[in-house]
Amino acid sequence: MAQTLQRTPLHDLHVALGARMVPFAGWEMPVQYEGVISEHKAVRTDCGVFDVSHMGELDVEGPRSNELLQATLSNNLDKVAPGGAQYTLLTNERGGIVDDLIAYQLEEFRYLLIVNAANREADFRWLKERELPGSDVRDVSDQYALLAVQGPRAIERLGLPEARPFTFAEGEIDGVTCMVNRTGYTGEDGCELLVMTDDATALWERVLDRGAVPCGLGARDTLRLEACYPLHGQDITPETDPISAELGWCCDLDKEFSGAQELREIKARGPRRRLVPFVMEEKAIPRTGMTIEGGGEVTSGTHSPMLDRGIGLGYMPTAAAEVGTELTIDVRGRPRRARIVKKPIYQRKEPV
Amino acid sequence: MAAAESYPSDLKYHREHDWARIEGDEAVLGITWFAQDALGELVHYEAPDDGSTVTKDQPYGEVESVKAVSDVIAPLSGEVLEVNGKVVDEPETVNEDPYGEGWLIRLRMSDPSEADSLLDAEAYKQVVADS
Repeated sequence: MAQTLQRTPLHDLHVALGARMVPFAGWEMPVQYEGVISEHKAVRTDCGVFDVSHMGELDVEGPRSNELLQATLSNNLDKVAPGGAQYTLLTNERGGIVDDLIAYQLEEFRYLLIVNAANREADFRWLKERELPGSDVRDVSDQYALLAVQGPRAIERLGLPEARPFTFAEGEIDGVTCMVNRTGYTGEDGCELLVMTDDATALWERVLDRGAVPCGLGARDTLRLEACYPLHGQDITPETDPISAELGWCCDLDKEFSGAQELREIKARGPRRRLVPFVMEEKAIPRTGMTIEGGGEVTSGTHSPMLDRGIGLGYMPTAAAEVGTELTIDVRGRPRRARIVKKPIYQRKEPV
Repeated sequence: MAAAESYPSDLKYHREHDWARIEGDEAVLGITWFAQDALGELVHYEAPDDGSTVTKDQPYGEVESVKAVSDVIAPLSGEVLEVNGKVVDEPETVNEDPYGEGWLIRLRMSDPSEADSLLDAEAYKQVVADS
């Protein structure tokens, strides 16, 4: 079915930089500029910038906004105050993961949810259907662009003050006002800059002028996999639960939310399977959907630019999910050895 | 450093983006500039075994980039005399020099007349232009 792809405000700048554009979640996005590996290494050693304007923003406002979100999101929002942010899950009645997202508390009675592009409409419908009198949910995605500036030198290059992870504040980069969120998806220090659509190109150019390397979705995927961050739609889905996905830490089972009782039961009896990170011990690149001997399945796989080896995430039956367990992955008919490792798969040891 | 686009006139081409350099009854095979550019930086080469048999128009190996895997199609049939170990160890060699250091296998042709069915550089450039 032919479908018109949406474009971010930075589309023409990506093309001018020589980006290779690909369809992703209904958007035409840069997958790489110079190359995935060099972009990946720029983020691990210095600073890279990603256009992630395809992500959705939902505004939840009103005196009962907290009540609505506490009943639908897995993490306890009462741990957050205005200026704070929290990684959390939108769960269905079975405890399946509708989406993973970050909730930012803007004001006492106002939250911003930054959600996956592919789930923007589903999340919006989900919340809208459960709206309470006194909680107004709006999809404000078209008003904003989002730039992720990531790497050990990201904050220094942008001239921003130090701040704790999962906080945010209004900021300004060379005259362009934006919301500076201390969050990311790479396992490195850095921030995500939420900016009004009309200011997006100016902000992108200022960030490049300050030495950030433009990076595409290809490097975003290799970086998040080295950091062992799950990707919704692959590692976590409405059919997978957070306990099996090792995301129990962001589920407050002492409160009531959609699927909480099911998750308590899964936790009490122990999950049937677990999401594990693994590293290949032989030359081969694991890919989504490959089977792992003993009843497992690869949900994400790639080549790690830092380890120069195949790495991935996959579900294994709980009895075979211990760190150190050897795995055999069916790589298009060839058995290839891998081993379950502790997460993250890669973490920089030395300061840069 | 990625190589600049080129399709040398001394090579024969298969429309699945493979080339062959014919040397007597032997041939050296590889993938074209277009193929490596479409894949991006190569990070894995799954090579055939020395001494194995490859068949024209059938896959004899795989090349992978971070994002994708692609079969390598044999432009000619024969026995594998040598696999390029440098590409096994450093797959990015294919991106840097697809027609030189980035060759994939050396073959003893079982039917040299098969070469007559391959494309010359001009005809292959048309395949690239149409794809």
